[in-house]
Amino acid sequence: MIETRGLRKSFRTGRRRKATTVEAVAGLDLTVGEGEIFGFLGPNGAGKTTTLRMLATLLPPDGGEAVVAGADLRTAQAAVRRSIGYVAQGGGTWDDVTAREELVLQARMYGIGRAEAHSRAEAALDAFDLTAYADRHCRTYSGGQRRRVDIALGVIHRPKVLFLDEPTSGLDPQSRAHMWDEIRRLRTGGMTVFLTTHYLDEADALCDRIAIIDGGGIVADGTPAELKRGIDGEVVTVEVAEHAAKAAEVLAQQDCVRSAELRDEGDLRLSVDAGETAMPRIMRALADVGVELTTIELHRPTLDDVFLARTGRSLRES
Amino acid sequence: MKTLRDTWLVFRRHVLLLTRSPLSILLGVAQPVVYMALFAPLLKPALSSMGADSMTDAYRIYVPGMLVALALGGGLYVGFGLLGELASGVIERARVTPVSRAALLLGRALRDVVVLVVQAVIIVVLAMPLGLFVHVTDLLLAYALLALITLSSSAISYGIALKVSDPNALGQVVNNIAQPLMLLSGTLLPLALAPLWLRRISDWNPFSRAVVGMRALFAGHAGDASVWQSLALMAGVALLALAWSARLFARSVR
Ligand SMILES: Nc1ncnc2c1ncn2[C@@H]1O[C@H](COP(=O)(O)OP(=O)(O)O)[C@@H](O)[C@H]1O
Ligand SMILES: [Mg+2]
Repeated sequence: MIETRGLRKSFRTGRRRKATTVEAVAGLDLTVGEGEIFGFLGPNGAGKTTTLRMLATLLPPDGGEAVVAGADLRTAQAAVRRSIGYVAQGGGTWDDVTAREELVLQARMYGIGRAEAHSRAEAALDAFDLTAYADRHCRTYSGGQRRRVDIALGVIHRPKVLFLDEPTSGLDPQSRAHMWDEIRRLRTGGMTVFLTTHYLDEADALCDRIAIIDGGGIVADGTPAELKRGIDGEVVTVEVAEHAAKAAEVLAQQDCVRSAELRDEGDLRLSVDAGETAMPRIMRALADVGVELTTIELHRPTLDDVFLARTGRSLRES
Repeated sequence: MKTLRDTWLVFRRHVLLLTRSPLSILLGVAQPVVYMALFAPLLKPALSSMGADSMTDAYRIYVPGMLVALALGGGLYVGFGLLGELASGVIERARVTPVSRAALLLGRALRDVVVLVVQAVIIVVLAMPLGLFVHVTDLLLAYALLALITLSSSAISYGIALKVSDPNALGQVVNNIAQPLMLLSGTLLPLALAPLWLRRISDWNPFSRAVVGMRALFAGHAGDASVWQSLALMAGVALLALAWSARLFARSVR
């Protein structure tokens, strides 16, 4: 549905002698399949918005190529525009008009006739749970309501691909959960959704596939499960009452244990393949040689560990 | 066709927004009305050199100049509204749709014309009890001229706003353009009083021609050559300004 090769964009900031060039997006290769919820995970300033704006025809790329919904981004922008919806990070509604008026105008801007525009607006209000506020001015909406209006506006023309820039940033947990449901519902309807986020749990729970972006480049991509599996498996930490060295030796010989390391703190850090099945075996092996176990803990890698492994920084801190 | 339809869409949205905050139109006329009430009587002696012997004559010279100043000055500041819309994301939302790029400009510029015409009607109606008298056909021609001036000044303002994209810079640029243009148009004080070299410079200012045309219309001389000349000249300026600005709208979006 979306395919990019070497997509680039840099900005010049400042004037004359103080001018510096920021490589916002530095040669991006991406493939997004049809009907996928694809997540672009990265810290602030990573280049997510810039990429999205290029793919949505809002910003001319400096180089590279991209095909969106079968249309070439460089030569067929009108065709790209017809197949996509785009919801900016900050949304975009006038304060003094109602959601219904906004939806009708949006449909009309896509060339849809008056009667059809009104019935689509009605259907969208219903689908996005907005009927109760349909005739109130947008300035009176809560953050979550406003975000739903933004997304309803983005899909009023039934696009094949929907770009969502940070759809849940700034929302309370309940509105976020609601928004995830809306996004899943769109995917069920056959839409391809390309969203950006800097929330680890959102990328993990909502997205079928993700690409981690940092400093304008992709540092890893795949399903969340693949990415987590890719880094050093799972880790079991074991504390024993005594004979730690012997325990390490015994455990290193187990099939399910890839490596065992005796740490300075006196506990053992075991790298394993499948934590749930490895734990009982580890306990049994230690019991067999008569070493007493005090604590055992399974640590599954998170996307933050993936980010840490690829960039040397934690996403939470950046 | 599509451009016309889309222009109508954009225009209707902005007229709807106007009706939701009508105060902004009234605030726009407050200053000219105060000027009219306070300054025009003072100007009567000053304007006597142009043949103003009565209050009617003074208003016939003063009001048309003030209307041009309003069309020019008011229009040049509309770019601030556009910067606000750019920041709010509504422009970007329109840009991802196939809506005509020229329509995004034309719809807004036509809204500006409506605002100006409403303001001009208020001013003329208020000036009537003070002694202003104009024929309806002359007045309609005068509004047409004002509409062309507004199209020019607002298109220029939108163009500058797109170029500088920063309210502070826009303010400086607009002030630097508005002040000399207004002074050299003889909008408030007739240039007949000015020294020769100043009049020579102002001959090159199309807006000073517009002021002459407006004064002829308010004096009841619709047949005066300055009337059709200023209409044709302002139509040309409006076309150029709209074309320049529409190109910027299209290019900053493609
Ligand atoms: N219009 C612009 N002018 C100058 N620099 C920009 C512009 N837009 C983005 N940048 C820079 O490009 C980089 C990427 O920004 P962005 O794509 O907005 O990141 P993200 O959406 O991932 O937070 C940042 O360093 C940002 O400062
Ligand atoms: Mg962003």
